[in-house]
Amino acid sequence: MTVAATIRIQQADFDVAQEIARLSAGRTDVGAVVSFTGICRGTEGSEPIAALTLEHYPGMAEAEIKRHADEAIARWPLLGLTIVHRFGRIAPGENIVLVVTTSSHRQAAFEAAEFLMDYLKTNAPFWKQEESARGTSWIEARDHDDAAAARWTKS
Amino acid sequence: MKVKYFAWVRERIGKAEETIEPPANVRTVDELIAWLSGRGDGYAYAFEKPKVIRTAIDHAHVKPEAAIAGAREIAFFPPMTGG
Repeated sequence: MTVAATIRIQQADFDVAQEIARLSAGRTDVGAVVSFTGICRGTEGSEPIAALTLEHYPGMAEAEIKRHADEAIARWPLLGLTIVHRFGRIAPGENIVLVVTTSSHRQAAFEAAEFLMDYLKTNAPFWKQEESARGTSWIEARDHDDAAAARWTKS
Repeated sequence: MKVKYFAWVRERIGKAEETIEPPANVRTVDELIAWLSGRGDGYAYAFEKPKVIRTAIDHAHVKPEAAIAGAREIAFFPPMTGG
Protein backbone atom coordinates (compact mmCIF):
# COMPACT_ATOMS: atom_id res chain seq x y z
CA MET A 1 0.00 0.00 0.00
CA THR A 2 1.28 3.45 -0.85
CA VAL A 3 1.52 5.81 2.09
CA ALA A 4 0.91 9.46 1.29
CA ALA A 5 2.26 12.03 3.72
CA THR A 6 0.06 14.92 4.78
CA ILE A 7 2.16 18.10 4.92
CA ARG A 8 0.78 21.46 5.98
CA ILE A 9 2.50 24.80 6.47
CA GLN A 10 0.09 27.10 8.24
CA GLN A 11 -0.28 30.10 10.51
CA ALA A 12 -3.14 28.56 12.49
CA ASP A 13 -2.68 26.26 15.47
CA PHE A 14 -3.23 22.50 15.15
CA ASP A 15 -5.02 19.94 17.32
CA VAL A 16 -2.69 17.06 18.17
CA ALA A 17 -5.49 14.64 19.14
CA GLN A 18 -7.35 15.35 15.92
CA GLU A 19 -4.24 14.79 13.80
CA ILE A 20 -3.55 11.46 15.56
CA ALA A 21 -7.17 10.39 15.08
CA ARG A 22 -6.98 11.15 11.35
CA LEU A 23 -4.18 8.55 11.00
CA SER A 24 -5.53 5.90 13.35
CA ALA A 25 -9.34 6.07 13.52
CA GLY A 26 -11.14 3.04 12.11
CA ARG A 27 -7.93 1.13 11.35
CA THR A 28 -6.84 -2.17 12.80
CA ASP A 29 -3.44 -2.37 11.07
CA VAL A 30 -1.93 0.52 13.06
CA GLY A 31 -0.13 -0.80 16.11
CA ALA A 32 1.89 2.28 16.98
CA VAL A 33 1.40 6.03 16.86
CA VAL A 34 4.26 8.39 17.69
CA SER A 35 3.65 12.12 17.87
CA PHE A 36 6.17 14.87 18.48
CA THR A 37 5.02 18.40 19.22
CA GLY A 38 7.52 21.26 19.30
CA ILE A 39 6.35 24.05 21.64
CA CYS A 40 7.53 27.63 22.03
CA ARG A 41 9.48 28.02 25.28
CA GLY A 42 9.22 31.13 27.44
CA THR A 43 12.99 31.48 27.60
CA GLU A 44 15.81 31.40 25.09
CA GLY A 45 19.04 30.63 26.89
CA SER A 46 18.31 32.26 30.25
CA GLU A 47 16.44 35.27 28.80
CA PRO A 48 12.66 35.45 28.98
CA ILE A 49 11.08 35.94 25.57
CA ALA A 50 7.72 37.46 24.64
CA ALA A 51 7.24 35.49 21.42
CA LEU A 52 8.88 33.86 18.43
CA THR A 53 8.16 34.89 14.87
CA LEU A 54 8.78 32.21 12.26
CA GLU A 55 9.61 33.23 8.73
CA HIS A 56 9.53 30.58 6.00
CA TYR A 57 10.17 30.16 2.30
CA PRO A 58 6.78 29.32 0.76
CA GLY A 59 7.06 26.67 -1.90
CA MET A 60 10.46 25.42 -0.80
CA ALA A 61 9.27 24.63 2.73
CA GLU A 62 6.63 22.26 1.35
CA ALA A 63 9.05 20.78 -1.22
CA GLU A 64 11.84 20.20 1.30
CA ILE A 65 9.56 18.62 3.89
CA LYS A 66 8.05 16.40 1.18
CA ARG A 67 11.53 15.19 0.17
CA HIS A 68 12.22 14.10 3.75
CA ALA A 69 8.75 12.63 4.18
CA ASP A 70 9.29 10.54 1.03
CA GLU A 71 12.66 9.41 2.37
CA ALA A 72 11.09 8.41 5.71
CA ILE A 73 8.41 6.43 3.87
CA ALA A 74 11.11 4.68 1.83
CA ARG A 75 13.25 3.86 4.89
CA TRP A 76 10.63 2.72 7.41
CA PRO A 77 7.44 0.64 7.03
CA LEU A 78 5.10 3.50 7.93
CA LEU A 79 1.32 3.34 7.64
CA GLY A 80 0.77 7.08 7.90
CA LEU A 81 2.64 10.35 8.29
CA THR A 82 1.52 13.90 9.06
CA ILE A 83 3.75 16.96 9.39
CA VAL A 84 2.40 20.38 10.33
CA HIS A 85 4.69 23.41 10.69
CA ARG A 86 3.43 26.81 11.75
CA PHE A 87 4.74 30.22 10.74
CA GLY A 88 4.08 33.75 11.99
CA ARG A 89 4.07 35.00 15.58
CA ILE A 90 3.93 32.25 18.21
CA ALA A 91 3.69 32.94 21.95
CA PRO A 92 5.32 30.82 24.71
CA GLY A 93 3.27 27.69 25.34
CA GLU A 94 1.91 27.58 21.79
CA ASN A 95 2.56 24.79 19.30
CA ILE A 96 5.19 25.23 16.57
CA VAL A 97 5.56 21.90 14.82
CA LEU A 98 3.93 18.46 14.76
CA VAL A 99 5.14 15.13 13.40
CA VAL A 100 2.85 12.09 13.64
CA THR A 101 3.96 8.68 12.39
CA THR A 102 2.02 5.44 12.44
CA SER A 103 3.23 1.91 11.82
CA SER A 104 2.46 -1.69 12.78
CA HIS A 105 5.24 -1.73 15.37
CA ARG A 106 6.77 1.01 17.49
CA GLN A 107 10.34 1.07 16.25
CA ALA A 108 9.55 2.38 12.77
CA ALA A 109 7.22 5.06 14.14
CA PHE A 110 9.76 6.23 16.75
CA GLU A 111 12.72 6.30 14.37
CA ALA A 112 10.90 7.96 11.48
CA ALA A 113 9.53 10.71 13.74
CA GLU A 114 12.99 11.41 15.15
CA PHE A 115 14.59 11.38 11.69
CA LEU A 116 12.00 13.85 10.40
CA MET A 117 12.42 16.24 13.32
CA ASP A 118 16.21 16.18 13.03
CA TYR A 119 15.94 17.08 9.33
CA LEU A 120 13.24 19.70 9.83
CA LYS A 121 15.53 21.49 12.26
CA THR A 122 18.45 21.76 9.86
CA ASN A 123 16.98 21.59 6.33
CA ALA A 124 13.46 23.00 6.29
CA PRO A 125 13.60 26.70 5.31
CA PHE A 126 12.23 28.29 8.49
CA TRP A 127 13.89 30.98 10.60
CA LYS A 128 13.01 31.94 14.17
CA GLN A 129 13.20 35.48 15.43
CA GLU A 130 12.81 36.08 19.15
CA GLU A 131 11.13 39.05 20.78
CA SER A 132 12.37 40.04 24.21
CA ALA A 133 12.79 43.13 26.37
CA ARG A 134 16.00 43.83 24.44
CA GLY A 135 14.22 43.91 21.07
CA THR A 136 14.18 41.32 18.31
CA SER A 137 16.98 39.05 17.19
CA TRP A 138 17.40 36.03 14.93
CA ILE A 139 18.02 32.76 16.70
CA GLU A 140 21.30 31.15 15.64
CA ALA A 141 21.52 27.62 14.29
CA ARG A 142 23.01 25.12 16.72
CA ASP A 143 25.84 22.73 15.90
CA HIS A 144 24.20 19.92 17.87
CA ASP A 145 21.19 20.10 15.52
CA ASP A 146 23.53 19.51 12.55
CA ALA A 147 25.10 16.57 14.39
CA ALA A 148 21.64 15.14 15.13
CA ALA A 149 20.70 15.26 11.45
CA ALA A 150 24.06 13.86 10.30
CA ARG A 151 23.67 10.62 12.28
CA TRP A 152 20.88 9.53 9.90
CA THR A 153 23.11 9.72 6.83
CA LYS A 154 23.77 6.27 5.44
CA SER A 155 27.49 5.53 5.37
CA MET B 1 16.58 35.26 -12.85
CA LYS B 2 14.59 35.87 -9.71
CA VAL B 3 16.48 36.11 -6.42
CA LYS B 4 14.92 35.82 -2.96
CA TYR B 5 16.35 36.69 0.44
CA PHE B 6 15.19 35.48 3.84
CA ALA B 7 15.62 36.33 7.54
CA TRP B 8 18.68 38.53 8.28
CA VAL B 9 19.92 38.28 4.69
CA ARG B 10 16.63 39.94 3.65
CA GLU B 11 16.89 42.56 6.40
CA ARG B 12 20.48 43.49 5.55
CA ILE B 13 19.79 43.80 1.82
CA GLY B 14 16.53 45.61 2.48
CA LYS B 15 14.36 43.66 0.08
CA ALA B 16 12.74 40.23 -0.09
CA GLU B 17 13.23 39.62 -3.80
CA GLU B 18 14.41 41.11 -7.06
CA THR B 19 15.18 40.20 -10.64
CA ILE B 20 18.86 40.26 -11.60
CA GLU B 21 20.90 39.75 -14.73
CA PRO B 22 24.42 38.79 -13.70
CA PRO B 23 27.13 38.90 -16.38
CA ALA B 24 27.99 35.71 -18.27
CA ASN B 25 31.21 35.13 -16.31
CA VAL B 26 29.15 34.57 -13.12
CA ARG B 27 28.59 30.83 -13.35
CA THR B 28 28.33 29.43 -9.83
CA VAL B 29 26.58 30.23 -6.56
CA ASP B 30 29.95 31.32 -5.11
CA GLU B 31 30.50 33.70 -8.00
CA LEU B 32 26.97 35.05 -7.76
CA ILE B 33 27.45 35.82 -4.05
CA ALA B 34 30.69 37.66 -4.86
CA TRP B 35 28.94 39.62 -7.63
CA LEU B 36 25.96 40.50 -5.43
CA SER B 37 28.32 41.63 -2.64
CA GLY B 38 29.56 44.37 -4.94
CA ARG B 39 26.11 45.85 -5.46
CA GLY B 40 26.07 47.98 -2.29
CA ASP B 41 26.69 48.17 1.44
CA GLY B 42 23.59 46.15 2.36
CA TYR B 43 24.65 43.33 0.05
CA ALA B 44 28.23 43.44 1.32
CA TYR B 45 26.94 43.22 4.91
CA ALA B 46 24.54 40.36 4.10
CA PHE B 47 27.27 38.35 2.37
CA GLU B 48 30.22 39.37 4.61
CA LYS B 49 30.63 35.72 5.70
CA PRO B 50 29.83 33.80 2.51
CA LYS B 51 30.44 30.42 4.16
CA VAL B 52 27.50 31.00 6.50
CA ILE B 53 25.08 31.67 3.64
CA ARG B 54 22.85 28.81 2.45
CA THR B 55 21.54 28.74 -1.09
CA ALA B 56 18.62 27.07 -2.84
CA ILE B 57 18.03 26.85 -6.57
CA ASP B 58 14.44 26.27 -7.62
CA HIS B 59 13.45 25.19 -4.09
CA ALA B 60 16.30 22.69 -3.54
CA HIS B 61 19.41 23.13 -1.41
CA VAL B 62 22.63 23.48 -3.42
CA LYS B 63 26.35 23.77 -2.62
CA PRO B 64 28.41 26.93 -3.24
CA GLU B 65 30.04 25.39 -6.33
CA ALA B 66 26.67 24.63 -7.98
CA ALA B 67 26.13 26.08 -11.46
CA ILE B 68 23.43 28.73 -11.74
CA ALA B 69 22.74 28.23 -15.47
CA GLY B 70 19.04 27.65 -16.12
CA ALA B 71 17.96 28.63 -12.59
CA ARG B 72 14.57 30.30 -12.39
CA GLU B 73 14.75 31.23 -8.71
CA ILE B 74 17.77 31.43 -6.41
CA ALA B 75 17.33 32.02 -2.69
CA PHE B 76 19.91 33.08 -0.12
CA PHE B 77 19.35 32.65 3.60
CA PRO B 78 21.03 31.97 6.97
CA PRO B 79 21.29 28.45 8.45
CA MET B 80 17.77 27.28 9.18
CA THR B 81 16.25 27.30 12.67
CA GLY B 82 12.82 25.74 12.22
CA GLY B 83 11.30 22.73 13.92
